[in-house]
Amino acid sequence: MPLIKIRDLHFNRGDRVIFDGVNIDIQRGKVTAIMGPSGTGKTTLLKLIGGQLRPDKGTIEVDGQDVHKLSHSELYELRKRMGMLFQSGALLTDIDVFDNVAFPLREHTNLPESMIRDLVLMKLQAVGLRNARRLSPNELSGGMARRVALARAVALEPMMIMYDEPFTGQDPISMGTLVNLIHRINDAMKLTSIVVSHDVAETAEIADYIYLMSGGKIIEHGSPVQLKDSGSQWVQQFMQGLPDGPVPFHYAGPDFAEDLLNPEDNA
Amino acid sequence: MINYIRSLGRWGLGSFERLGRAHIFLVAMLAGVPGLFLRFSLVIQQLFSIGVLSVMLILISGLFVGMVLGLQGYNTLVDFGAEESLGVMVSLSLVRELGPVVSALLFAGRAGSALTAEIGLMKSTEQLSGMEMMAVDPIKRIIAPRFLAGIISMPLLAAIFSAVGVLGGFLVGHGLLGVDDGAFWSQMQAKTDLFEDIFNGVIKSVVFGLVVTWIALFEGYDAMPTSEGVGRATTRTVVHSAFAILGLDFVLTALMFGD
Repeated sequence: MPLIKIRDLHFNRGDRVIFDGVNIDIQRGKVTAIMGPSGTGKTTLLKLIGGQLRPDKGTIEVDGQDVHKLSHSELYELRKRMGMLFQSGALLTDIDVFDNVAFPLREHTNLPESMIRDLVLMKLQAVGLRNARRLSPNELSGGMARRVALARAVALEPMMIMYDEPFTGQDPISMGTLVNLIHRINDAMKLTSIVVSHDVAETAEIADYIYLMSGGKIIEHGSPVQLKDSGSQWVQQFMQGLPDGPVPFHYAGPDFAEDLLNPEDNA
Repeated sequence: MINYIRSLGRWGLGSFERLGRAHIFLVAMLAGVPGLFLRFSLVIQQLFSIGVLSVMLILISGLFVGMVLGLQGYNTLVDFGAEESLGVMVSLSLVRELGPVVSALLFAGRAGSALTAEIGLMKSTEQLSGMEMMAVDPIKRIIAPRFLAGIISMPLLAAIFSAVGVLGGFLVGHGLLGVDDGAFWSQMQAKTDLFEDIFNGVIKSVVFGLVVTWIALFEGYDAMPTSEGVGRATTRTVVHSAFAILGLDFVLTALMFGD
């Protein structure tokens, strides 16, 4: 039975359709990637899974519980077993790295400070930032902030982690470190990971299964190898990063020649 | 014309919707307050940043307002030979009106704008969202302590403002203009009533503290998560707080002293 079961998901923002009947299964213990061009609602999907947004129609079940039928306290109980890594890291800027990782432990457990210290150091050691524990979040690079956020996300030993664009804007070394960490932490802690990304190469490297989204629908899904061999032109354009194809290079509108011959239009 | 009416309607609906959100937010904040008595350290931290850090501004402003009151009051009273009533005039002006009102306006400018910017930036950097996903309710953990700290700080700051203002009035009245110090203090003590004047002033400042902190926190929480959005929200906090303080001051004054 999958850990997350999404059925017939519909979600609109104003007049804009974000999801139009999406079905996704996230298998336990695997790394599942949700990929697609910018603006396809990948982050929105994570917010829907985390119960921060409500769908217009359809259901999202996490570990057998319908997220949007839970009471406030039941939802918060479920979230203790979910980790989320935001694109920005979302670290609390008024406390240092150590206190950021200790934050969920202090909020949700009654562990003595000495044990919290040991746990925090273990998590920071796992992401290679034990010696950066007294730095403030403002002193960290983007990649380091994401590693601290990862240590914080696993502090409560969750059953799953959702990664929101973990590789965006990273230099090759940080990118490699993050790819390696996500893979290693998923295996070591027997987690279920959902990676939302449009970095094809890095994501395909660690994902066991990939869903490709566009225009509010799942266009294709399968293992990375299956997708690379897909006959769909759209999938090939996305996976190989081709500038033109089914997704046109030019924004939709009147023809270029027509535009040049129409001096009345000052736009 | 139709478009004009339509945009007016849209504006009206938007305003009511916002007002509704603000009240739901108030209820959520109030629901978060009882839990704070178990973790009062969160409130103490905020009492420091909201209250203690505003003290210097309140001290200096209070002193000058009191000195101006002393000067202006003396000039008027001396025409009637009533300059010995200067103490009463200064103290009543301060504890009834200027103390609560001016300190609330200063509080909105200093602490209110800082609260809006802080919460707005926490929202735009996904810190509030991150907290929700860590199963920590940001309203209880971040908003409610600031709300309670604002309500506690405001009457204390207003009291400091009035006390320093009276001293300022005394310095000018007695030190500069030669009003008898015995008459200044004794008339003040005789005519300033604990319930009628001081207690009513305290009620005013508690109300102003609640309203200003509510506006500031709501504006931050409801801000568009962009730098422009946070900037606008900060401006709105100061403007709306000023309107709310002055409007409510009239209503409260009418209720307290209107007979």
